[in-house]
Amino acid sequence: MAEVLVLVDHVDGAVRKPTLELLTIARRIGEPVAVHLGAGADTAASTLGEYGATRVLAADAPEFGGYLVVPKVDALEQAVEAVGPVAVLVPSSAEGKEIAARLAVRLGSGLITDAVDLEAGDDGPVATQSAFAAAFTVKSRVTNGVPVITVKPNSAAPEAASAAGAVEPLEVSFGDAAKGTKVVSRTPRESTGRPELTEAAIVVSGGRGVNGAENFHVVESLADSLGAAVGASRAAVDAGWYPHTNQVGQTGKTVSPQLYIAAGISGAIQHRAGMQTSKTIVAINKDAEAPIFDLVDYGVVGDLFQVLPQLTEEVESRKG
Amino acid sequence: MSLRIVVCVKYVPDATGDRHFAEDRTTDREAVDGLLSELDEYAVEQALQIKEANGGEAEITVLTMGGDDAKDALRKALSMGADKAVHVNDEALHGTDVLGTSLVLAKAVEHVGYDLVVCGMASTDGTMGVLPAILAERLGTPQVTLLSEVAVADGKVTGRRDGDAASEQLEASLPAVVSVTDQSGEARYPSFKGIMAAKKKPVEALELSDLGVDASAVGLEGSWTAVDGVTERPARTAGTIVKDEGEGGKQLAEYLAGQKFI
Repeated sequence: MAEVLVLVDHVDGAVRKPTLELLTIARRIGEPVAVHLGAGADTAASTLGEYGATRVLAADAPEFGGYLVVPKVDALEQAVEAVGPVAVLVPSSAEGKEIAARLAVRLGSGLITDAVDLEAGDDGPVATQSAFAAAFTVKSRVTNGVPVITVKPNSAAPEAASAAGAVEPLEVSFGDAAKGTKVVSRTPRESTGRPELTEAAIVVSGGRGVNGAENFHVVESLADSLGAAVGASRAAVDAGWYPHTNQVGQTGKTVSPQLYIAAGISGAIQHRAGMQTSKTIVAINKDAEAPIFDLVDYGVVGDLFQVLPQLTEEVESRKG
Repeated sequence: MSLRIVVCVKYVPDATGDRHFAEDRTTDREAVDGLLSELDEYAVEQALQIKEANGGEAEITVLTMGGDDAKDALRKALSMGADKAVHVNDEALHGTDVLGTSLVLAKAVEHVGYDLVVCGMASTDGTMGVLPAILAERLGTPQVTLLSEVAVADGKVTGRRDGDAASEQLEASLPAVVSVTDQSGEARYPSFKGIMAAKKKPVEALELSDLGVDASAVGLEGSWTAVDGVTERPARTAGTIVKDEGEGGKQLAEYLAGQKFI
């Protein structure tokens, strides 16, 4: 059966959820073969096998952590040569997209980024993408070479399907460009203990209306009561109230949770681009004319400093 | 020595407008007014700051590929302070994908001559965010991308790349391709003097044949992806809006409970 390469996103062998989604999606097209670069392949292999990887091609080298992007492109290119897959699927992270793009150039392949769904088609895999701030849905496919496609988080529910997950070493030789950009130092982000923004079932975001970093605890308290991730609008991030890694919108994260709660966010196109495919949208805003209310399933016109704490208390008491 | 900086910019339909696809499923560039992609303003800004930090010893060329209107994007960048512009404009380019675009830009960058290429993090229309990486691949130079901070000194580019898992400090030798994020620093507004000066700055017009790019490698025909369909997402149905009269939080909780979220 045809094989599909899946690049594994992991932290020292702890496989991140989007990879499990990719393995699930890959099975619609062929047999998934995982490519694990860096430490922890043996740890990862059991998880990867559980979600359908028949083989796990593993390579570890200091270049993967020591230099930006290119060493992984070299490895993935050589995995493609070794396997001869019908498609290559890569998680749509910033790094994943750059790896996929350079790989496509080397393979002479068409490239599709940020797919939100993928299905088998008569002429190869058909990808679904969102365009123009999610105002449109686009169906597209690669017409030349082995399709290289990056897939966004939350594009499928991971489904287990036991396979061998046999670890096989992947021999990698690095090209001249591999050591072009040195990673001089790396400062890991501190964990907040909250779910990943792009993976969370519920997201609570704060915007300009939160009016200061010191007030964001109101948003965080609600998020914690719901087991949600915390997001922020560009206005809140630009003002320095919340980290950029939490920004929802065109230049931040695109989220598509079951429930999105926007507090003190007007709903500019920048923000809508990042959240309007959410299943249920709720907004709290003082301004009844705010464009966010055009998107909502339920909206409260009011002061978020009154509404959010009351909601948090209500959630906590219902849990109790 | 004077540093040769090329800034790649894109002329895009205004994101606040009602953007659509044309009949051939390419981006409709007629119906909505265009402008210099906001995210490319950050690239122009960082190029200007690098020039200033280099004691003014740099020449900034702003480069775009696009139709006649795309010169507006070049004018904007020139009015911000770039020194000269190159406009690749050829009918055969209509519908070119990112691989074709990067091929043309790589040839144009080589035509201009460069020590540093600066790009924005993504376009606001296609939003792929991969062109800088592909450009580096094609030029065979280091890729130093998605920087929130960037500096050039002693033949090296350094910068900070803020990822989800970690923040990385990067370093590469020139020549290199850099991309900067919207966290890299607010772009300046063109001054009146800058706007007037821009009118006199040279804009070189190039066609594909000037760059030795075959028309079959670009355009819709040369694209290695095909769009089978575009569908407008149905407008969200109007929801319930209540005014908080002191019970707003409780009403919202009631709604969320009804939807089984709590």
